[in-house]
Amino acid sequence: MEREEIEDADTPAAASSTPAELDSDVDAILDEIDSVLEANAEDFVKSFVQKGGQ
Amino acid sequence: MSVHRVMGLETEFGISVPGHPTMNAMVSSSHIVTAYAHAVSDGANAHWDYELESPLRDARGYDQSRAEADPSQLTDEDPGMANVILTNGGRLYVDHAHPEYSTPEVTNPRDALLWDRAGMSVMRRAMDLAAATGATPPILLYKNNTDNKGASYGCHENYLMRRSTPFADIVRYLTPFFVTRQVVTGSGRLGVGQDGRTAAFQLSQRADFFEVEVGLETTLKRPIINTRDEPHADPERYRRLHVIVGDANLSDTSTYLKMGSTALVLALIEAGALVDSDLMLARPVAEMHAVSHDCTLRHRVTLADGRRLTAIEMQRIYLEQAYRLCEQQAYAAFDAQTKDVLEQWDRVLTSLADDPMSLATELDWVAKKALMEGYITRDGLPWSSPRLQAIDLQYSDIRRERGLAARLEDRGRLVRLVSDAEVAAAVTDPPEDTRAYFRGECMRRFPDAIAAASWDSVVFDVPGHDSLLRVPTLEPLRGTRAHVGDLLAGSPDVAALIQRLGGAPSGSDG
Repeated sequence: MEREEIEDADTPAAASSTPAELDSDVDAILDEIDSVLEANAEDFVKSFVQKGGQ
Repeated sequence: MSVHRVMGLETEFGISVPGHPTMNAMVSSSHIVTAYAHAVSDGANAHWDYELESPLRDARGYDQSRAEADPSQLTDEDPGMANVILTNGGRLYVDHAHPEYSTPEVTNPRDALLWDRAGMSVMRRAMDLAAATGATPPILLYKNNTDNKGASYGCHENYLMRRSTPFADIVRYLTPFFVTRQVVTGSGRLGVGQDGRTAAFQLSQRADFFEVEVGLETTLKRPIINTRDEPHADPERYRRLHVIVGDANLSDTSTYLKMGSTALVLALIEAGALVDSDLMLARPVAEMHAVSHDCTLRHRVTLADGRRLTAIEMQRIYLEQAYRLCEQQAYAAFDAQTKDVLEQWDRVLTSLADDPMSLATELDWVAKKALMEGYITRDGLPWSSPRLQAIDLQYSDIRRERGLAARLEDRGRLVRLVSDAEVAAAVTDPPEDTRAYFRGECMRRFPDAIAAASWDSVVFDVPGHDSLLRVPTLEPLRGTRAHVGDLLAGSPDVAALIQRLGGAPSGSDG
C-alpha cells in the first residue's frame, strides 16, 4: 500500500507516524476484524433477510 | 438561530436468528421487547395510549379501570402490541417485523445522540434478556436499513417546527439539503439498486429506496419529504416534521452532524433566510441516487436554474447561510453547541473536498469503506466478495464485542462524542428539558399506576378511583424538571401527585 511521505515537521504526533506504522495500524485493525467477522461470510450474508419497514 | 429545538430519533432494527432463517420476525421482535418489559417492570406493563384525540386543557378522561375491564381489552397478550415506555421517557416496541426504539424528546443534537446510543444499550440488554429466557434461540440485532435483497427499514428523525412555516417552503428548501447531506450522513452500503444487485459501494443505505419527492407513504414509494402530520402537540402552534430519508448511523459524529445540520437548516427555513438561495433541483429523486452512487463526491447535481454543483458545494451554501444568519444575530453570543455544530460541519465539508478518507475515524460511510479497502488491498478481494458484504452487515451488529463499528470505537479508531457513563445514565434517566421528564419520572416512580402513556399523555390508574385519569402533556417543553421536579419529588404516591397536579393552575397542560 502506497503512503505519501509526511514532510511537515510540525504536524502533531498522531500525523507524524511513519508509513510503516500506519500500515501496521491498519493491519492490526484488519486482524481484529478477522477475529470477529462471521466465519462463513456467504451464508451469513445470504441468511440476513428482512421484512420491509418504514 | 441555533441547533436547539425539540427533536428525536426512532430506529427500526434489523433482526435475525442465526440458524433459524424462517423464524417469524414479528415473534422474534416481540421476544426482544417483552423480555425487556418483564425485566424492568416485573410484569406490569403500561400500554401505549393510541387515542389520537387528546382531550383539551383540563380534561380527565373517563375510562373503565383495569380491574373492571374485559380481559380482551387488556392487550398485553397480543405480541403485535408489545411495548415498553421507558423510564428515560423513550419507547421500546415492535413495529411490525422490527423491534424499534424511539428516543425521548430532546432539545439538541448532542442529547439526541446520547439518548440514541442509550437505545442501543437498551436493545443489547433486551437481546441478552431474551436469550436468557430460553424461549427463543439467540437473536441478533442490526442498526442498519436494508438486507440488500430489496427490503428497507428506517431510522426516522423528528423535528418540532413552528406551524406558521409554510409546508411548501419546507419542501422547497429541505429537499436539496436531504439529497446532498448524504456525503456527511451516509452509513455506506455495498450494493447498488434496491436489491443490491450491483457490487459497488455507495454512500447511503437508504437512497435507492426513495422514489418520489413528496408523499405520505413510508413503506413503499418512499418520499424524500414525508407529509405525515401528527404533531402530538397543539396542531395550531406546532408541526412535527417526520424525516424518513436518513440512514441509521453508528458513528457519533455522523449522528451529531445529521441532527445538528438539519436543525440549522430548519432554523434557516423558519427565518425565511433561504429565499435568495434557490437550490431547487431539476430531478431530486434521480440526484438522490446519483449523489449516493458517487464515492468520488464529484458528481454535480443539476439545479432547476441550470447550475451544476457538487453535493459538497450545495452543503456549503447551506452552511454559509447558517453562518450569515448567526452573524446577523450576534454569533459571538451563541451557545457552544450551535458554534460546535457549525465548526464541525465546516471542517467535515472541507475534509470531504480535500481528502474524504481522512474522515475514516468520524463518518460511517468512510469508516466502512476504509475497512473494505483495507481487505481489498491485503487479500486482493473483488468488490463482489461475500467477505466485504459481511463487513457491511456486521458493521452495524449492535454487540460491542462483534459489531465492527463498536470494535473500531473500542480501538480508538472511531471518534466518540459522548461517554459510556453518560450513555448509561441516559438508559434510565430522561432528559430534563422536555415533557419526557414527566413521563419518564412517572414511569420510574409509579410504574404500577401508569395504565398507558404516549407522547402527549400519561394515563394513571389511581387506587380508589373508579376511572382512569388522563393527564395531557400536549406541550413538549412543559413537564420538564424545572416545572414538575419538585412536584414529583414531593409526591410520595400517585394519589398525591394527581391531587397536586389538579391543584396546580397549569401544571399539566400547555
